[in-house]
Amino acid sequence: MSEKIIYAMYGDDEVLKSSAKKLVSNGVNITEVYSPFPIHGIDPIIGVKPTRLGIMAFLYGLTGLTLATIGMYYFMVVEWKMNIGGKPNFTYVENILAFIPISFEFTVLCAAHGMAITYLILNRTLPGMPAQNPDPRTTDDKFVMEIRMSENEKLSEDTLEALLKETGYEELEKKIVS
Amino acid sequence: MQKEAAIREPLILGHKTYHDVTEDVCRPIEDKAPKMWYILFSIALIIGLYGVGSICYLLGTGIGVWGLNKTIGWAWDITNFVWWVGIGHAGTLISAVLLLFRQKWRMAINRSAEAMTIFAVFMAGTFPLIHMGRLWVGYWVLPIPNHFGSLWVNFNSPLLWDVFAISTYLSVSLVFWYIGLIPDFATIRDRAKKPVAKRMYSILSFGWTGRAKHWNRFELVSLVLAGLATPLVFSVHSIVSFDFATSVIPGWHTTIFPPYFVAGAVFSGFAMVQTLLLVMRKAMNLEAYIHTKHVEYMNIVIMVTGSIVGTAYITELFISWYSGVEYEAYAFLNRATGPYWWAYWSMMTCNVISPQLMWIRKLRRSLLFTFFISIVVNIGMWFERYVIIVTSIHRDYIPAAWSMHYPSHIDIAVYIGTIGLFFTFFLLFARYFPVLALNEVKTILKGSGQSYKESPDYHKHH
Repeated sequence: MSEKIIYAMYGDDEVLKSSAKKLVSNGVNITEVYSPFPIHGIDPIIGVKPTRLGIMAFLYGLTGLTLATIGMYYFMVVEWKMNIGGKPNFTYVENILAFIPISFEFTVLCAAHGMAITYLILNRTLPGMPAQNPDPRTTDDKFVMEIRMSENEKLSEDTLEALLKETGYEELEKKIVS
Repeated sequence: MQKEAAIREPLILGHKTYHDVTEDVCRPIEDKAPKMWYILFSIALIIGLYGVGSICYLLGTGIGVWGLNKTIGWAWDITNFVWWVGIGHAGTLISAVLLLFRQKWRMAINRSAEAMTIFAVFMAGTFPLIHMGRLWVGYWVLPIPNHFGSLWVNFNSPLLWDVFAISTYLSVSLVFWYIGLIPDFATIRDRAKKPVAKRMYSILSFGWTGRAKHWNRFELVSLVLAGLATPLVFSVHSIVSFDFATSVIPGWHTTIFPPYFVAGAVFSGFAMVQTLLLVMRKAMNLEAYIHTKHVEYMNIVIMVTGSIVGTAYITELFISWYSGVEYEAYAFLNRATGPYWWAYWSMMTCNVISPQLMWIRKLRRSLLFTFFISIVVNIGMWFERYVIIVTSIHRDYIPAAWSMHYPSHIDIAVYIGTIGLFFTFFLLFARYFPVLALNEVKTILKGSGQSYKESPDYHKHH
């Protein structure tokens, strides 16, 4: 099945934002926005939900803390009670002060790397991935709105174009992809 | 768009558009390197290779080639290690702590400061590894199941905490830096004309497209990483100071060490950022982005942390007398008046007096003066570590064991060599990487750019 995609290019982030607001209030579904930098406030307009990566980071951190605790408990208390100055590590709790630095570092290590890896995988940004921005200028100073006709079945192409015309885009491109 | 008070100096000078920002940052990468770059790079590389050669000689012969003796078992090596780790504290502080405080001026300097951090921590990591003498068993510092029986690393030891702290700091800083670099690499990729450059930047940019959802995640990841990196910055140098503070050597056995080391690290880190950026902004025509105001902000940080360091020195001196412990009192008396008096007073002059000059507005806004002070601070901070490490141990409990430390040429070569390697890496970074977080700078252009702030519309709309 082939699909028609309209790309409207804007020269300013504020113009794109107000245009998006106008289009959405007219019932247009905006599939995607490509921009060289984050446009603050665009997410609720085009319906991008807040990311849950923060929760993931917390869980990764918790995993790190657990692993560090289990590891140090095993190495220092179970497997070999290291005797320092006649004070062997008989329990973990009594010696917990000495274990805090590494517990903290390992928590941070796991949280940061876990989140970073999840972020890259979710974005599908990995080494060797091809660039998919519709126009190379969207990483410089242009802002592009992507509207898929399949997501706007209620609107005819002409009405959509008329609506877009009012917003004052700089360039309009239509593409048919299969 | 965030508005700010008209009275605040603009952070981006001149009449820049989004495209100008891209042009200004990408042009030095796309153009041919100037002759000066090749000259500096060759010098740095030669010095760096000399250092690598010296390290190879050291590894082949043993650490006896250093000027260490029975009394002084730690000298230049650990001094250099702490010095480099300290320098490596500015980058993440700028990008993490200043992000949490929403300081917009960080955006012009965070990229290069963080590159500096990463290279400095690389250099720092070299020293404990070569100090082992047997580099090839360096992995023994990790808790890896092994064939020696129940033999694990000692989790009660601050030296092991250091292993975890430094490796976490290095890898998290690297990830933080790279996540910020991805969109900027994409900008270079989309502009590249030569096929090899296009291919290289395409790989480096991981196929970044700048979708709204991706930017949404990007902002959160940056924020959370900043939140994680902030306590990390403070923990790393605290743990480095534990190497000394948890010992029972007079002069090292001090509870003031963690905060004092952290302040000192930030102090020296910012000094190094000043040294590098003052040259870089000129060489790469980035004066519109990194200007007097940025330098002034950094000088204020230097002044504050320098004052903390000065207070710590004096507190330490007072407590050594007030504690009534004669060994402790002697250690400090010996620092100031013993055979290493010159190191102590160099440290005092460079670290306590010089930052106080920054109270004068004219001086802290003078680029030449800042450059001079930044070098002075770097020298002073090296002496600080030297004073703490060598003078505290060179007078042993039995006078028969008293000794002096004289560096061998290998001591000096390894140290100078790491400076060469550091500059080699930094010059490569300046040549091939976007030295400014160009896409982040665009987000503050309308709020803090000169042409926007001066336009009559600035305080009307929005």
